[in-house]
Amino acid sequence: MAVLFPITDNAENLPFRNPLQKVGPFMIEFDKVSKVYPNGTVGLRNINLTINEGELVVIVGLSGAGKSTFLRSINRLTDISTGEIRVNGNSVTHASGSQLRHIRRDIGMIFQSFNLIKRSTVMRNVLSGRVGYHSTLRTMLGWFPKEDVDLSLDALQRVNIREKAYIRADQLSGGQQQRVSIARALAQEARVILADEPVASLDPLTTRQVMDDLKRINRDMNITTVINLHFIDLAREYATRIIGLRAGEVVFDGTPAEATDEAFAEIYGRPVLQDELLGGA
Amino acid sequence: MKTPVSTSATLKAAAPDLIPPRKYKQYAGWLVLIAVLIACSIRTEVTPYQLITGLPQMGSLLREMFPPDWSYLSTIWGPMMETVQIAILGTTLGGLLAIPVALLCASNLAISRYVSLPARMILNLIRTIPDLLFAAIFVAVFGIGPFAGMLALVFFSFGIIAKLTFEAIEAIDPGPLEAMTAVGANRMQLIMFGVVPQALPYFMSYLLYTFEVNVRAAAVLGLVGAGGIGLLLDRALGLFRYDRASVIILLTLVIVLVIDYGSTIIRRKLL
Repeated sequence: MAVLFPITDNAENLPFRNPLQKVGPFMIEFDKVSKVYPNGTVGLRNINLTINEGELVVIVGLSGAGKSTFLRSINRLTDISTGEIRVNGNSVTHASGSQLRHIRRDIGMIFQSFNLIKRSTVMRNVLSGRVGYHSTLRTMLGWFPKEDVDLSLDALQRVNIREKAYIRADQLSGGQQQRVSIARALAQEARVILADEPVASLDPLTTRQVMDDLKRINRDMNITTVINLHFIDLAREYATRIIGLRAGEVVFDGTPAEATDEAFAEIYGRPVLQDELLGGA
Repeated sequence: MKTPVSTSATLKAAAPDLIPPRKYKQYAGWLVLIAVLIACSIRTEVTPYQLITGLPQMGSLLREMFPPDWSYLSTIWGPMMETVQIAILGTTLGGLLAIPVALLCASNLAISRYVSLPARMILNLIRTIPDLLFAAIFVAVFGIGPFAGMLALVFFSFGIIAKLTFEAIEAIDPGPLEAMTAVGANRMQLIMFGVVPQALPYFMSYLLYTFEVNVRAAAVLGLVGAGGIGLLLDRALGLFRYDRASVIILLTLVIVLVIDYGSTIIRRKLL
């Protein structure tokens, strides 16, 4: 399959690049993927698509359309029923134990409810992204090497909250907590970031700050980013590619320019409502 | 100014008067409770009559307790400290043993039902056995002395702390666990980073509470020869030296109050 991918000739110079990983386009491939929940609900229906390195894909659709299932199947927080998903050429679907953990290590995840360890410091939360790189004993004792601490501070710097490193996570505002979780993904040296409704519990202003952070990281560090959003205008503004899901099926796959109001009406099965727009600029 | 009136009238027309549900069930519940209490009292012949006839006896007992024999304090100080030390050892060891078992029991961490269900069964079994019975068994096995008492408290604390902790673990926020799974953490790392920070304050709180209970329990363990202050309490009661028994009770009270005060401070710091 001939795929155009962003030129990454300066890849060695980028920070956070793990030298052990294979060089080349880092792709996420969905091959005839379906998911049916035990209660009969269809999560995904025959998905075939490839997400290329460096893309910023926004998944849109009504709630229940399968956006979360799509995202969570990439790092197998949700198992799929049939088909196969490959990340960087490795089958997520057939991976087991340590193989799966190694694949997951390359995939950072950002959640709507941040999922930080609230009673721990920001630093410990960011360092927790490093556990996949060290022995169990070492991480249990909390002996992270100095490089990890530096890496974590750099990650916090990138999302502009370096000065909060030694504050307890629950002392931060929602937007700051979400940035800590972005920093965790960066410290993880993830090559993909999955963000499941990352701004749904934030106010419009912090929403833009967090989206700007994600966009900047995507562009500057060439980290493939897949985001579930329900704000249509945000999707158009930040995405390089929009995928529309309806009842578990891909009903739209194109550039933001192609995602007109008519296209969204098609995805949603009805005209766009006012509360699906964040508004402002 | 007419609009609001007409609006409320329209609202009323649209929504007919709500009839609050009758409280039959609540009344029936109270009646059943009272009936059960009366039935139990009649069946066991435990009646308020005995309380009234026994009160003068109680009064004379209290009179004999005062004034307390303060000179006895020097004799009981040593055994009392032994009691506290037994409680410290028993609670700590029991608490440490409880950690792995609580992790095995918690359904949100369980490897499989075939592990968590048997683990819970064992816990239930241990909690069914009263601490005095444990002490009596261990005295028979290891002989009279503080070791048997300490071991009884290990089992007793283990049962309580493991049960309360696994329930606390089941109630933690699953979000951080999911986040740790997503970063590629293995099981132990998931527990260390996702579970421990959330469950630790509860565990410590249960540990301190159990320590308090254990000091009181340890005071009684001596009755079956398991060391500590209980032996002296038994002797004082046997010789009808209620003035001495009251000193023991007062000293136990002081120590329990001190522990309670200390653990409140520690708990507040942790949460």
